[in-house]
Amino acid sequence: MSDPMAEIKASFFLECEELLEQLQDGLKRFEEGDDDPETINEVFRAVHSIKGGAGAFGLTALVSFAHIFETSMDIVRSGEKTPNADDYKTFLHASDILCDLVIASRDETEVSKARVDESVVALQAFLGERSEPEQEVDPVDFQPMGVSMDLPPIGNLGNISPSTRVSSASPLPDLTSFPDAAADDNLDKTSPSSQPLGSHDNKKPASDVALNRFFIRFRPDPSLFASGNEPLHLLKALSDLGKTIIRCMCDDLPPITHLEDEESYLSWTIELDTAHAEQDVHEIFDFVEDLCELTIEVNTPNEGLSTLSSPPTPSADLAPVAPREELLVKTGTATAIPPASSTPPQNTALSDATKKAPPKNGSDNKAPKTGSTVRVELDRVDRLVNLVGELVINQAMLSQSVVESGIGSDQNVGAGLDEFMQLTRDIQDSVMAIRAQPVKSLFQRMGRIIREASSAVKKDVRFVTIGESTEVDKTVIERLADPLTHMIRNAVDHGLEEPEERLAAGKSQQGTVTLSASHKSGKVLIEVSDNGGGINRTVVLRKAIEKGLIAEGAQLSDAEIDNLLFLPGFSTATEISNLSGRGVGMDVVRNSITALGGRITIFSERGKGTTFAISLPLTLAVQDGMVIEVTGQTLVVPLNNIIETITLSAKNLREIGPATTVVQLRDQFVPLLDLAVELGFSRPRSTYDDCVALLISAEEDSMAAVVIDKIIEQRQVVIKGLQDSYGAISGIAAATILGDGQIALILDSGDVIANASGRTRNTRTNPQRTGARA
Amino acid sequence: MNLRILAVDDSRTMRDMLNLALNHAGFTTHLANDGEHGLEVLEHMEKPDAIITDINMPRLDGFGFIGAVRSQEKYRGIPILVLTTESADTLKTKARNAGATGWIVKPFDPPKLVRALQLVTG
Amino acid sequence: MTDEVQDSTADLTEYLSFRIGAQEYTVDIMSVREIRGWTEATPLPHTPDYVRGVINLRGTVLPIIDLAARLALPPDENNDRSVVIVVHENDETVGLLVDAVSDILTISRTDLQSPPDMAGDNQHRFVSALIIEDERMIRILDLHNTLSTGERLAA
Repeated sequence: MSDPMAEIKASFFLECEELLEQLQDGLKRFEEGDDDPETINEVFRAVHSIKGGAGAFGLTALVSFAHIFETSMDIVRSGEKTPNADDYKTFLHASDILCDLVIASRDETEVSKARVDESVVALQAFLGERSEPEQEVDPVDFQPMGVSMDLPPIGNLGNISPSTRVSSASPLPDLTSFPDAAADDNLDKTSPSSQPLGSHDNKKPASDVALNRFFIRFRPDPSLFASGNEPLHLLKALSDLGKTIIRCMCDDLPPITHLEDEESYLSWTIELDTAHAEQDVHEIFDFVEDLCELTIEVNTPNEGLSTLSSPPTPSADLAPVAPREELLVKTGTATAIPPASSTPPQNTALSDATKKAPPKNGSDNKAPKTGSTVRVELDRVDRLVNLVGELVINQAMLSQSVVESGIGSDQNVGAGLDEFMQLTRDIQDSVMAIRAQPVKSLFQRMGRIIREASSAVKKDVRFVTIGESTEVDKTVIERLADPLTHMIRNAVDHGLEEPEERLAAGKSQQGTVTLSASHKSGKVLIEVSDNGGGINRTVVLRKAIEKGLIAEGAQLSDAEIDNLLFLPGFSTATEISNLSGRGVGMDVVRNSITALGGRITIFSERGKGTTFAISLPLTLAVQDGMVIEVTGQTLVVPLNNIIETITLSAKNLREIGPATTVVQLRDQFVPLLDLAVELGFSRPRSTYDDCVALLISAEEDSMAAVVIDKIIEQRQVVIKGLQDSYGAISGIAAATILGDGQIALILDSGDVIANASGRTRNTRTNPQRTGARA
Repeated sequence: MNLRILAVDDSRTMRDMLNLALNHAGFTTHLANDGEHGLEVLEHMEKPDAIITDINMPRLDGFGFIGAVRSQEKYRGIPILVLTTESADTLKTKARNAGATGWIVKPFDPPKLVRALQLVTG
Repeated sequence: MTDEVQDSTADLTEYLSFRIGAQEYTVDIMSVREIRGWTEATPLPHTPDYVRGVINLRGTVLPIIDLAARLALPPDENNDRSVVIVVHENDETVGLLVDAVSDILTISRTDLQSPPDMAGDNQHRFVSALIIEDERMIRILDLHNTLSTGERLAA
């Protein structure tokens, strides 16, 4: 059985993530001049909610920091103070500290006190000139207490015993049996105090403990009723504390014709014998203290008989007793009006049993129309994604079987299959959309990286984000965090020049780092760019030669020099800054991107800046592909790698070098690759005349024409990963299962092009086959 | 005893905890995320025995919510408790002026919450 | 007396035995997921000879290792490798291609013998122990070593 509080706590940390996002978003917008009061309110509420939850779980460090942050935000939202640019920096920094404290609370680690204090001091400075710390909020008073959900078993709650309900069974309390003041009757009918004292609550000490006697005078103001309070309930609560004698004073009741229904004419005196302390008696009147006249006098125990006959009310001015009937009737009606609201609760309580019970968790089932959400565990979504993948495969297999069996020609069957396929695709699209998330939260995290990075290297950096709402599969987002972090740090540290340098170059002192996301031709495009100095290719070249990565005197194009940065161990930093010098090279970044099935390219212009462009598949699970055949093997080429199909002939084939060939395509020459050879399936053919080739491309400027045997069909395939055991297989990205149950390998176009041997002719030295049995 | 309670708070954590505490006491809970939502839920549910509401909420805050509830004849006498993080007087007065019956200080102590509810509902 | 009995129960493990050519091997039954007939595998390019390729196992792509090739046993001309033992080890699921499955043996730990250390025999690392059963020598396959290639195969 899971601990509900633990679950709520876990969910609290998730909520904090969302709140922190909301917080930073709001701060940014507010800073940018958004003067909608709702914006700053959102910020305030975010901190407020974090504080509230933290208090419930006793997370003191978090609570106290959140408290001062909340106070600052309260000041801002009330308009009492207008923050300047530095103040915003303080607030943003505070939000980072808050974030760290949340994480520390969740992981049960700590945040350095120095860092927290630094932010506190800054916030206090902002609050500083206020004459007196908030009367509203006294930090000292605020004692966060861990809420123990050790809930006492029902029926034994505090000092309210179930026996209270006994009196609810009767309709309105026996107001008819109220004594007139002159009478000496000891009317206990209003209270269940006739029950032996010992039967009550668990706070009850042994019956031989001395009792306190309280004299209580209580006269409600009209406002008491307006607030929804009910004297009846109070009296009942008092009677639960012990033995009570309650008298109602009706002296102020005017004749019925003069009765104002909103006025309050009645007062009560209560004598209470109880072992409870005075505090417990006061507690009952907590909510109404300012809404009534109240006196509580206590007599020390054992004072002998109380003088029941002289209640401390102005009993002297008693109204004439007769006509009693009339009086009682008035009482009946008059008191009926204010407590009118008291009857329904009782009735409701009684009739609850007969009415239909509302749904057990009658909670958020009634969702408002505005974008409501459901929280789902990621495991469940993943399982669903997998199952849908299987469904797609199954549907394909079914279609195939039907076609092969001949039933497919039947119109209904055919239509049914088509619909089935459409339905499957729709389900797949919907399921994929479930896992898609906007990159916004990721970008916000990068915002923090920028803040820290720029402060560490003392540069003024502006961070621009574009396309925050672009949606990407959740798993992809998570795996992008590290590479992006590194690239951003790099941009700040190495990309952007020192302020003086920038000024000298005629640039603004403030450098800009831009992070953008967009969808383009079935891919997600993410770019990190800076307007810094660009890649210093001379230095890069020199370093590469020094490290022996390239030969001295090698001629490399600009793009090729840029790509040297992706080689392992490459770093042009002359000294390791405290930022990027952590030994994480661009090679690791590239591997992360490749592992996601993506590509990364560099564009740089000296003096202007550098851009890293990452392109990723929209989803890791499904792809549109062209099913082809090569030497009897069925393969799939991702559709968005294919530019066109070419028929080869002597007219467009040109030999180059000892074993390689190119194809002339309009005004371009493109290398010819024999896929069977590249994959090690067979040796080059004797001629490529009349063969079919696909013009494929993986990155912007790399293209090749790959020879295949034939094209079978175009379809959507579910990507099945190949296990890691055999390492990355060059040329193959993944596998899929076709309609006939056969496995088809999915081509990694980029790999094929990059690692191509280009061998299209058998030379005299028989080329060694690299691979598996055909 | 089974009280029907409407609890309104924009913090999911708070809603979860209120739900847990109230259910444990045998009460039936209805939850809402802000004042406006609270009014909607109120309209579609059987009249609650009491209402608990937070103050700081988007769309319609606690005070606005209470005012709206009180303006409806059938809810004029309904006990409404506000959840507040401070027990300062100014807040009490504000709550009172808005029409609140009483208050619960956050973080709340479940037995106290239940006692308060029982007190105001009798 | 009771001690003895208890000891031997604790030391007993069940193994699935199978045949490759003339040799008999066994593998801990806890690693075995299922046994299937052989279907043609889709070859993977640029992989060692012992990697036959991949097959479709109910929607999963399952790599098949030709155990004979892996153990560097001489190729059998009457090649009727017809059984695939699907095993799970090191967080991976792999199919082992063998000739036939024989039996389930219950072997006591005390009966296991270390394979003799012969310098030239590479097979040593694939065989973790030997037992004698009915005058036959049965090799306990070291699944871990068999499956981990230790080499990256990217071209």
